[in-house]
Amino acid sequence: MSYAEFLGMGAELSLMAVIILLFIYDTFASQKSGKYLPITAVSLLAIQTLYLAFGGIQEALLFGGMYSTTTMSNVAKIILNIGTILVFIQAASWVKDDDMKIRRGEYYVLTLITLLGMYFMMSAQNFLLFFIGLETASLPMTALVAIEKYKENSYEAAAKYLFFAVFSSALMLLGLSYIYGAVGSLYYSTIAASFTVTPLTIMAVVLFLAGMGFKLSLVPFHLWTADVYQGAPTVVTSYLSVISKGAAAYALMIALMTAFGQEALGIWINVLYIVIILTITIGNLFAIRQQNIKRFLAFSSISQAGYIMLGVMACNDFGATSLLYYVLVYIFSNIAAFAVAGAIERASGKLNINDYDGLYKTNPKLSVAMMLAMFSLAGIPPFAGFFSKFFIFYSAIETGIGAMYVLVFIALLNTIISLYYYLLVVKAMFLKESENPIAPIKSDCYTKTVIFITGLGIVLLGLVSWIYDYIFSAVV
Amino acid sequence: MSILSIFVIIPILMLGGLFLSKNMKQIRTVATVGSALQLIAAIALVVLFCGKRAAGDTAEMLFMADHVWFQALNIHYAVGVDGVSVAMILLSAIIVFAGVFASWKIDPLPKEFFMWLILLSIGVYGFFISIDLFTMFMFYEVALIPMYLLIGIWGSGKKYYSAMKLTLMLMGGSALLLLGILGIYFNSSADGNLTMNILEIAKNNAIPHTLQNILFPLTFVGFGVLGAMFPFHTWSPDGHASAPTAVSMLHAGVLMKLGGYGCFRVAMYLMPYATQELSWIFLILTGISVFYGAYSACVQTDLKYINAYSSVSHCGLVLFALLMWNTTAMTGAIMQMLSHGLMTALFFALIGMIYGRTHTRDIREMGGLMKIMPFLSVCYVIAGLASLGLPGLSGFVAEMTIFVGAFDHADTFRRVFTILACTSIVITAVYILRVVGKILYGPVQDKHHLELTDAVWYEKFSTIVLIIAVAGIGIFPLWVSDLIRESIKVISERIIQ
Repeated sequence: MSYAEFLGMGAELSLMAVIILLFIYDTFASQKSGKYLPITAVSLLAIQTLYLAFGGIQEALLFGGMYSTTTMSNVAKIILNIGTILVFIQAASWVKDDDMKIRRGEYYVLTLITLLGMYFMMSAQNFLLFFIGLETASLPMTALVAIEKYKENSYEAAAKYLFFAVFSSALMLLGLSYIYGAVGSLYYSTIAASFTVTPLTIMAVVLFLAGMGFKLSLVPFHLWTADVYQGAPTVVTSYLSVISKGAAAYALMIALMTAFGQEALGIWINVLYIVIILTITIGNLFAIRQQNIKRFLAFSSISQAGYIMLGVMACNDFGATSLLYYVLVYIFSNIAAFAVAGAIERASGKLNINDYDGLYKTNPKLSVAMMLAMFSLAGIPPFAGFFSKFFIFYSAIETGIGAMYVLVFIALLNTIISLYYYLLVVKAMFLKESENPIAPIKSDCYTKTVIFITGLGIVLLGLVSWIYDYIFSAVV
Repeated sequence: MSILSIFVIIPILMLGGLFLSKNMKQIRTVATVGSALQLIAAIALVVLFCGKRAAGDTAEMLFMADHVWFQALNIHYAVGVDGVSVAMILLSAIIVFAGVFASWKIDPLPKEFFMWLILLSIGVYGFFISIDLFTMFMFYEVALIPMYLLIGIWGSGKKYYSAMKLTLMLMGGSALLLLGILGIYFNSSADGNLTMNILEIAKNNAIPHTLQNILFPLTFVGFGVLGAMFPFHTWSPDGHASAPTAVSMLHAGVLMKLGGYGCFRVAMYLMPYATQELSWIFLILTGISVFYGAYSACVQTDLKYINAYSSVSHCGLVLFALLMWNTTAMTGAIMQMLSHGLMTALFFALIGMIYGRTHTRDIREMGGLMKIMPFLSVCYVIAGLASLGLPGLSGFVAEMTIFVGAFDHADTFRRVFTILACTSIVITAVYILRVVGKILYGPVQDKHHLELTDAVWYEKFSTIVLIIAVAGIGIFPLWVSDLIRESIKVISERIIQ
């Protein structure tokens, strides 16, 4: 393998460079100069994102076909990077806290290592690399969930996350070992070519799906989600809910469409069909009753994962594009929601939806940002969520299968349920009045920046069509 | 850039202006100037449209423009108007204009109120000018969601319940619609050149008959929810009763027309076969709307509920007439839309003004208002007479055309239904005259009412604008029916053949 070929891994190499630079900076920086770490992290990641977008990374198949770069995976990485940058800006005010000051280096480096793991997972063409990427993403994540270790919730959340992560990895490995036993290879291409449907391989595919179901918090593997989201620091939760989920969804799509794209299609498509219906419906029904905003967003994100999976079901170019586009829009909407929730939590310590009563009177800007996020998540035009939902339904119906109409219909009915609970938040903020509303919050410039960027994104991502066109051109 | 895009651009500019306004005066200036410009633009559009038609331009839609939006998905921003859309745009402009004056003293949060109201109007105008299914659907939903906040924040009574019920039911309708639209799109062409453009879909006429029988109910019910079709009308009385004045006006006056317009523009126009096959089911449902709405209005004691049920009845008549699919009846349906839009807006404006003074809408607690506030009372009588179909006002023209057209149908089933629906006119008279007799004449029920004052200038202005329009249709009906007849003919001929 020549050096020029090696550059096909440009995305991973550049991210590794960012990690090393940040690590060195954090190690040698004094207490005083260390406060520029957040801004350094954001700018380095931004430069790396620009490199991904305009650096001319070639399509490549490396390490004997284990690793591949495609324009599609490159776009997926760019989307995740944008999300990570937003989370980093959001985190900047959090890591200034006294307790977090000494750990801020760890926060940034660990987060970027999980991102690196996701890169590998998304570029994998072999289940071994896929698994290594997945674990690289999962283990630092546990540390991140527990990063506020003096808080009991954080402990509990980390323990739950760890156990579920390990358990799901074990399930997946079991499935992969069956596949290796049946096919004799872990390369996607070989599996696709020599897969035959036997009870063993059916079991294998189902186990693999179950393992990924945990990562994506699909029903019935969603039980950890609400507790972990609630216990983890809000910044970590927002990372977990958008970036982890987006990466897992993309990687799963690639694995299903390439490795299990031919013979195995009939197996997973039926399983996924039921899982999607359950995920969307149960996520929605549980979200209605939630009072804690983080648990609320946890269940809402469960149901959103169901919608994302509709793009996988479609199994076509539109499906892949819509999935990536949905993830992008979801990143903006969910980070906006978490940014507002986080700002309110930091200022007043309040996390209940009831506490938001009359918020518009005291904090109009935060309320409007939250409202935009809720409308976008619910799929109300002219906000981006409407477009992403429409496109994902479009791609599902494009298959022309009658059962897909039914699936889309169920998903559509669920958007009504979801609209109900998203409107409950809007109702608390705008309609209700409170005797002691949350006092006016003076957010710092970081929170303002995140809210401004995400708000702008929510309004423009849909109306400006070239974003979709850009993703589409990369996929085709 | 087509002239039609002006109708979307002006409200967007208004939103910007409202956002920057500092005090009530500026807010009022922006709202008044903007909605006046809209009204002028709408009148200009009618004039231009008639001019083009007179010059012999017989294209189905005029002022067409088409911009590619999402290339890969065949989604365009495509606009164009025929006579019906032009009439609807004019109706919307009049009601928005009157609505601004009716909410002159809105409190609290005037700025937000007008911003939501204008956002709603963007949806309405956009819907009427679109000929692309996606754009149309998008604007449709844009018009729906502001209702939640408008009712929830500025409403009265059990406003949380009503706002949520209304939003969820209408969004439920649009969920059906979305499925219908996707179904139509993926079958829009036999040779694989899929399109979202309504005109092209109609030209291709490629939707298989079996599929039409599935998609027609989806789209018809989807729009029918907004058109208050039985049994999906239950959002309407609660919603109207809780909404603030201008929102009731806009909602009953314009938004419910979106339902009727969508029913014939999308459901009936694109799926003529299923229209013939299945219209009997919906004829029964809309027939029930007509009846049930009128009877319910008779027993209500809240002025707004009376009017809301009357709207159910009248809007039911719109869908009923559309389903007769002959040119006369459909022309009547469109005229009924215009007439009902104007007179309901007038009703709700007057009820809002009366309620603002008496602080009650219960007809048992009011009486003798004619002596106390003569201007409002006279206007109320005029609105009532228009509603029960007095010749010379808009209601008569519309209902006359509908029943003549409907009876024209050779089908016995339809004739029987027409006769039954005709009786609703009598019931309308019952509930209108009951209210007029009870609250305007008779003894004064509450001596505090004697101290109340009559309308002030902005209220008078708002009502007079609407009364002129109501009388306009009543006195020059031909002028209106000429505007829409040609466009209706295209659609009805498509269904009959």
